[in-house]
Amino acid sequence: MNRYPVWKYAIILIALLVGAIYTLPNFFGEAPAVQVSAAKATMRVDATTRNRIQQALAGAGIPPEAITLDPNSVKVRFDSTDTQLKARDVIQKALVPDPADAGYVVALNLLSGSPQWLTALRAAPMYLGLDLRGGVHFMLQVDMQAALTKKAESLAGDLRLSLREANVRHGGVTRSGQAIEVRFRESQALEAAKRIIADQFPDLQAVDAPEGTEYRMTATIRPDAARRIQDQALKQNMVTLHNRINELGVAEPVIQQQGLDRIVVQLPGVQDTAKAKDILGRTATLEMRLVDESAEARAAEMGTGPVPFGSERYLERDGRTVIVKRQVIITGESLTDAQPGFDSQTQQPKVDLTVDAKGGRIMRDTSRENLRKRMAILLFEKGRGEVLTAPVIQGELGNRFQISGSMTVNEANDLALLLRAGSLAAPMEIIEELTVGPTLGAENISKGFQSVVWGFIVICIFMAAYYMLFGVISGIALAFNLVLLVAVLSMLQATLTLPGMAAMALALGMAIDSNVLINERIREELRTGAAPQAAINTGYDRAWATILDSNITTLIAGIALLTFGSGPVRGFAVVHTIGILTSMFSAVFFSRGLVNLWYGRQKKLKAVSIGTVWRPAGGKALAPSE
Amino acid sequence: MEFFKIRRDIPFMRHALIFNVISFLTFAAAVFFLVTKGLHLSVEFTGGTVMEVGYSQPANVEKVRSTVAGLGFSEVQVQNFGTSRDVMIRLPAQKGVSTAQQSEAVLTALRQEDPGVTLRRTEFVGPQVGEELVTDGLKALAMVVAGIMVYLAFRFEWKYAVAGIIANLHDIVIILGFFAYFQWEFSLAVLAAVLAVLGYSVNESVVIFDRIRENFRRYRKLDTPQIIDSAITATISRTIITHGSTQIMVLSMLLFGGPTLYYFALALTIGICFGIYSSVFVAAALAMWLGIKREDLIKTPVKREGDPSDPNDPNAGATV
Repeated sequence: MNRYPVWKYAIILIALLVGAIYTLPNFFGEAPAVQVSAAKATMRVDATTRNRIQQALAGAGIPPEAITLDPNSVKVRFDSTDTQLKARDVIQKALVPDPADAGYVVALNLLSGSPQWLTALRAAPMYLGLDLRGGVHFMLQVDMQAALTKKAESLAGDLRLSLREANVRHGGVTRSGQAIEVRFRESQALEAAKRIIADQFPDLQAVDAPEGTEYRMTATIRPDAARRIQDQALKQNMVTLHNRINELGVAEPVIQQQGLDRIVVQLPGVQDTAKAKDILGRTATLEMRLVDESAEARAAEMGTGPVPFGSERYLERDGRTVIVKRQVIITGESLTDAQPGFDSQTQQPKVDLTVDAKGGRIMRDTSRENLRKRMAILLFEKGRGEVLTAPVIQGELGNRFQISGSMTVNEANDLALLLRAGSLAAPMEIIEELTVGPTLGAENISKGFQSVVWGFIVICIFMAAYYMLFGVISGIALAFNLVLLVAVLSMLQATLTLPGMAAMALALGMAIDSNVLINERIREELRTGAAPQAAINTGYDRAWATILDSNITTLIAGIALLTFGSGPVRGFAVVHTIGILTSMFSAVFFSRGLVNLWYGRQKKLKAVSIGTVWRPAGGKALAPSE
Repeated sequence: MEFFKIRRDIPFMRHALIFNVISFLTFAAAVFFLVTKGLHLSVEFTGGTVMEVGYSQPANVEKVRSTVAGLGFSEVQVQNFGTSRDVMIRLPAQKGVSTAQQSEAVLTALRQEDPGVTLRRTEFVGPQVGEELVTDGLKALAMVVAGIMVYLAFRFEWKYAVAGIIANLHDIVIILGFFAYFQWEFSLAVLAAVLAVLGYSVNESVVIFDRIRENFRRYRKLDTPQIIDSAITATISRTIITHGSTQIMVLSMLLFGGPTLYYFALALTIGICFGIYSSVFVAAALAMWLGIKREDLIKTPVKREGDPSDPNDPNAGATV
């Protein structure tokens, strides 16, 4: 009765193997590495970048341990911190000749030191949380109301313009809060305006109400459009943050959306909060200016003459000089959207720009006066300007126009991104901040580790002393539980935090509960005089119902924590919940397998090693009191 | 080894009233301290800034306090944290002041006093985050309570569900009472511990209830208190040993986990101790007062569907 079929042992073996493989990377520690990633959206990190790095390192005589290329970066591993630092300087010199205009971010990083075959199996160590590795964490709240107000303002301007174009007489377009109000004297005008909104403003919904002899129409942003606007604002802010953080040279920044209106930024290894905050809070500005096409300016462009008065010299992204007039036509404030697309006639990639009504009017006037001339779009960051693009004005522009010609799809995407990323879509505020020094992180790791190890050892000793062989088996099952837990966490690439380590210790403390239940049940069966084999069988069977019950209640608590918890509580809950699940497998299925393997084949089993099976005097079983 | 050589069932239920009175008094005391003293909530809940700075030699807390107070912060708390060289500074949330700069200002001032000071950790939490954490915590608590009650009611019967949840909420209130009385810091980690305790100590009640059900089946002649006594006696060794094992782990955290895990482990310790007490003495006794019966759990065999003898079956007698 105490035999497992072969497939059950096979499951155990597979679980052991998989558990061992995925736990293994956590033991190799981390090796110093240099990580190269793109600093700008227009830069690509690819095989050529890797070759350049390889050549640069070969030229300097620094042998790298491994070079890996992933979609966003090249990582080079070294044997010591010394070579890592030297290599960083070499790579920096080779890839970034001008520190003021960095195309790549060259950052120091730590890479898993696990061998190639483990990496090939996608076995990676657990990701350590900030409290264990040190770094800064910010939570930013995006002011969505401001984003909606901004959108309503620009829609109000657009509406005013459309009404004028359609010759609809109205008594003024005003914005109150996020609603646009328009007054009309005649009902025909109201109807015409409603048609315009239905045709041209898919984001708006209008309701009208008579007000005395007049009509008042109130247009509000549709709920689905509002959601889209909020979503876009958040995404745009994340892109902008990403671009800015790239300058910090952080190896693995985490920029994540949390909830509907929050962004979490984690910068492992960064200690300088002041600088990080400064960079996060900085605003970039976008400006559109005319290109100076006078003879002096052309000479200056060629490098043969001085820059004429009233103009400035800027570089385009590919390094060409452009002489641009100082006078600003419009700024990024007026730009409401930039989207990549395809020209319907030429099928060429293009970028559609939308500016607000005021900007549209200025663009119309400027473009009419400057047909066939070039207009530059400049992005200013850190007080340094750069020409994103300088296209020729092909016709009279309105509040919607496009940039097209000689662009690849990728370039169009990048340009649209850069145009949008010029500024934040909505203001943000830091609502949570956490800095952990690197020494504290290391201390936390060792403290968490010691808690788990000492508790584990003491429990194992106690179990072995109290339940003899069954205690040893329980101890092995507990160790297996730990391996499985770490393996599952590594597979999920869960972030391990100090509360997570506490949950690990607690999970072990609770997992042993199942084994105690089983062992006590078996003893009890033996006490009532059952044969050893039968006692093992009924012991496991009877205990199973109880184990299931008690684990489900614990699981309920774990899931509640997972649902409502945030930050450290979530880290705790993840480990806690997974720990309960793995404990059911290891404490019942796995330990039964060991017991079966040991005792199952002995047909005439006389006794099992489960410690003292005490019987009250007279060999009578425990009897209920009178 | 065998610690529990029990010859007869221990008549726990004979003293049920005394235990219930003790429970009630502890509970009342806990509520009293919670109301009068309140919880010492961590910065995660209240909003504000916490800084941990390290000195190369034992720190002069008084001097740090006066330096920080000199910057114009009101209600500054300065205390040693973990070792004598580490100092924790707690600044309340201030309206209108960019809190992001607070920690910078404090650190600069401390550096002027002693250049050897290092920043180990800062944490700033905006007031809106704190409020959310409080509501989320309460929601989580409600979900755990509801989930466990539904499960117990489904698995056993409503009387057990009520008894189990009251017994375990009584543990939670007592843990909170301890935190209020000693003014230990109640942080997010402690909240997690409290909720974990809730799930964990319900285990205990479940194990005993399981046994009660089994005994109802097995011993038809015994009355309810005797059934309960027998169930508790049969499970007491397991109860003590499992809780002991869990406590070993928690103790290890208490000793090695450092100041960050200290209160977490402390909450678990109290929870585990009172968990044993409440499952054994409170839950079972409450279930007894609520009047659990053999008939509640051992249902008469359910008649098969379509049984022609069932008068309520609309298909009775129908043949296809």
